[in-house]
Amino acid sequence: MAEYLIKNGFVFDPVLGIKGDRVDVAIKDGKIVETTALSSPKVIDAAGKTVMAGGVDIHAHVAGPKVNIGRNFRPEDKLFGYKARSGIERMQGGFSVPTTIRTGYNYARMGYTTVMEAAMPPLYARHTHEEMRDTPILDQGAYPVFGNNWFVLEYLKNHEIENAAAYIAWLLRATKGYAVKVVNPGGTEAWAWGLNCENVHDPVPYFDITPAQIIKGLIEANEYLGLPHSMHMHANNLGNPGNYTTTLDSFKLSEGIKPNSKFGRDQVMHHTHVQFHSYGGDSWANVESKAKEIMDYVNSHDNLTIDMGQVTLDETTTMTADGPFEHHLTELNHLKWANADVELETGSGVVPYVYSPSIKVCAIQWAIGLELALLAKDPMRVFMTTDHPNAGPFIRYPRIMKWLMSEEARKQQFDAFKHKDKVIDATNLANIDRELDLYEIAQMTRAGPAKSLGLAHMYGGLAPGLEADVAVFNFNPNEPYAPDDIEKAFGSAEHLFKAGVQVIQDREIVSNGNKRTLWVNAKVNENPQVMRDVKEKFLRYYTVTLNNYEVTGHYLPNPYVIEVDATE
Amino acid sequence: METVTLTIKNQPELYLEADTIAPDAFAGKKAEEIADLPVYVGREQHRLGDFFEVSGKAGATPEETKIVVGGDLSRVKYIGMKMTGGEVVVNGNADMYVGAWMQGGKITVNGNVDAFAGTGMKGGELVINGNAGNYLGAAYRGDWRGMQGGKITVIGNAGSDIGTFMNGGEIVIGGDVDVHVATHAEGGKIVIKGNAKSRLGGQMVEGEIYVLGSIDLMMPGFVYREDVDVDMDGIKGRFALYEGDLGERHRKRKGQTIYAKLYQRIEA
Repeated sequence: MAEYLIKNGFVFDPVLGIKGDRVDVAIKDGKIVETTALSSPKVIDAAGKTVMAGGVDIHAHVAGPKVNIGRNFRPEDKLFGYKARSGIERMQGGFSVPTTIRTGYNYARMGYTTVMEAAMPPLYARHTHEEMRDTPILDQGAYPVFGNNWFVLEYLKNHEIENAAAYIAWLLRATKGYAVKVVNPGGTEAWAWGLNCENVHDPVPYFDITPAQIIKGLIEANEYLGLPHSMHMHANNLGNPGNYTTTLDSFKLSEGIKPNSKFGRDQVMHHTHVQFHSYGGDSWANVESKAKEIMDYVNSHDNLTIDMGQVTLDETTTMTADGPFEHHLTELNHLKWANADVELETGSGVVPYVYSPSIKVCAIQWAIGLELALLAKDPMRVFMTTDHPNAGPFIRYPRIMKWLMSEEARKQQFDAFKHKDKVIDATNLANIDRELDLYEIAQMTRAGPAKSLGLAHMYGGLAPGLEADVAVFNFNPNEPYAPDDIEKAFGSAEHLFKAGVQVIQDREIVSNGNKRTLWVNAKVNENPQVMRDVKEKFLRYYTVTLNNYEVTGHYLPNPYVIEVDATE
Repeated sequence: METVTLTIKNQPELYLEADTIAPDAFAGKKAEEIADLPVYVGREQHRLGDFFEVSGKAGATPEETKIVVGGDLSRVKYIGMKMTGGEVVVNGNADMYVGAWMQGGKITVNGNVDAFAGTGMKGGELVINGNAGNYLGAAYRGDWRGMQGGKITVIGNAGSDIGTFMNGGEIVIGGDVDVHVATHAEGGKIVIKGNAKSRLGGQMVEGEIYVLGSIDLMMPGFVYREDVDVDMDGIKGRFALYEGDLGERHRKRKGQTIYAKLYQRIEA
C-alpha cells in the first residue's frame, strides 16, 4: 500500500495531546506510523490547514428498515436533490434520509470515517447489513435493540443476569451486532397494548417488570460480558416537558456499577440524544431547559457518557424504535406517520418533522442541545450528534461546530428566532460565553466517541498503530475567521484517508474505500436453557425459522470481528 | 416588457424536462444565451436551443420578461416551474408540471395541460384555456404542501385529484371534474362550474368547495347543514351547505368547530 506523509498541518489530537502544533502524520500499510518508518512516501502539503483523525459518529440512523420506510414514504425528501453519477461517485439522492451512497459520501466529506447505526431490529438485521454493505467508505457497526425484547424481559424479571448475557451474546452473533441498545425500555412493548412506560417505575403490561429493572439488568449483563461498548440508552419519556427527572432517574441506575471491559472505556451507560431528555415545565407552553441539572449530574459521574441530539432547525424525518413517541408526534404535527411492530423484539415509528426557527419549542430545543455541550466539563464524555435524522440531518455537524465554537454565531441564530426573548427566558444558552476550541471538538467527535465505543485501539486519534483515518481541512486556526468559515471548511474535507486509502483528494471523492462491518463475538459458557428458550420461541412465535434469521456470509463481505471472552 | 419567442423545432425522443423555460432563468439574457440553457432528456443534458428556435431577448428582471412558447409541446414538462414573476404564454398543449411551485407572474396556456399543473403553487396566476389533467394544484407525491396561494383558472374540464393537500389559493374549473377533489385540504377554495363525480373533500379539514352542477355521490363524512344564498365572484344562487369531513380532526375558533364546507347549487 502507498505511504503518505501529511506535512506541516496544524494537528489536533486528544490521544497524543496535540493542540494545534505543527506535526507531521505518517501513514503506512493502513496504519498511522512514526515518520521514520516511511521510505518513499507521497507528501501531502497541509501547511495552513487543520489535521485531525477521522470522525466517529456514535449514534445515527443510517441503515435498516425504519430508515428505508423514511426513504419510501418521503418522496418529497428526494425532490430536486438527485445528483447524477460522475467519476467514481455513484448516483446520490435524498436530504434527511439520503441513499446509502450519499450517506457514505457526505460523512466522508465532513471527515468522518466510522459511523454506528444506532438501532437495529434483530429480525431485520439482514436488511440493516445489506444497507451498511452498500454504504461506501465508512466502517460501520449496528446496535441491536434489547429493551423491549421478550427474552430479555423474562430473564430480567427474575434477575437472571447470566441468562440475559448468554442471550445477548447469542443475538449479537446471530445479527452481527455491535452493542446493547435500549429504546424506551418496556415502553415500546407496552405500545403494542396501546400503552407506554412514562417513568422508570411504570410496569410493563403482562411482563410485570419495570423499566428500572430492564435498565439495571442490561447494564449488569453488559458488564458481565465485558463488551467493548457500554449499554446504549434511549430512556423513557423522550420529548415530553418535565422529562428531565426521568432522565436523572435513569442515569442513577448506573450508580455503583463499575465497568468491566478490556477495551478501555470508563462508562457503564451511554445515554444518547440527551437534548430530547432535558426538558422542564409541564406543558409545551412552559417547557424550559434543564440542561444545567442534567450536566451537573453528568459532570460529577464519570461512569456515564452522553451525546447531544442537537436540533439543527431543518425539515427532517424522525424515526425511532420508540413507537409510542412517534404516535405522540404525529398527533402533534398531523403529518404522515408509519408504525411497525417487530414481533417479539421491538417496534418503530416514522414521522416527518419541521424544526422551524419561528416555533418557540424548536428554538428551545436548539438551545438545550448546545447547552449540554457547552456545560460539559469533560468533552471526552459528551459527543456531537444530531441523532440523525431525528433532530436534524448529519450533514449539519459543521454548522453545530460553528455554533459551539462561536458565540457570535449563536447570537446570529438567536436574532433569527421569532420568539427570541421567550427562548432566552426558557434557556441558559444566552448567558454562556464559552467557545469550544478545535481540540475540544476533536474530543467530542473523535477521541471521545472512539473511547466510549471501546474502539480507542483503532479510531479517534493519530497515535502510531491506530487506523490511518485522517482528515485534512482547509482551516487555519491561527488566522482570523468568520463563523461561517468553520462550517465551510469542515463541511468539505480537503483530503481524507480511510485505513490508509486516500478517499478524498482536493475535495474530490477518488475512492469508494474498503468499508468494514464491525461486530462483537462474545464467547460465553454453554447455556442449554437459553438455547432451549430460543428454539422454543422461534417455533412458537416467530414468523421465520432460525435458519432464516442469522446474518451470515454475503451480508458482511468485509467483516471485522471483535472477540470477547466471557467464559471465565 | 421584452418578449422571447420559443418555437419547438425538434421533438425530443422521450420527454423534455425544461424547467429553464421560465422568466427567472431567461432574465438578463440574449437569445444565444437562452439557447444555451440546459434541458434534460432522461439523464442526458442538452441545450434548450437543440429543441427550440429562440428569438427576441429577455428583460433585465423576471418581471420584465415575457416568454411565448409555440408548437406541439405535449412532450415538454415543467414550463414556468418555480417562476416568481413575468409572463409565459404557451400556444399549444403542454405536458406535466406547468407552473409547478410557481410563486408569481402569470402563465396562460392556449391548449391543454397534462397532470400536476400548479403543483405546490404559492402565488401568481395560471390560466388554462383548454382542459387540465390530474393533480391540478395538488401536492407533490408524499408532500403535505399542496397549492398554498395564487389562482388557477381552467376553462375546460379537469381530471382527478385536484387540490390534494391544498392549503390556500383558488382553483376555478369551467367544466367537469373527475373523482377526488380537495383530498386532505386544509384551506383554499375550489369552484367547479360543471359536474363532479364522487369523493369530494375526503379527509378535508378546512377550506371550501363550490359545485354548480351535479355530484354523483356525496362522501359519508359530509353532513347537510342548511340552504344558503351565495353571491360571490359572479357565482350566484341558492346552495345546499354540507360540512365535513367528520372523520377528521378540526380546530376550534371562538368555541366553534371549523369544518370544511361544500356548497352545491340547487337553484341558479
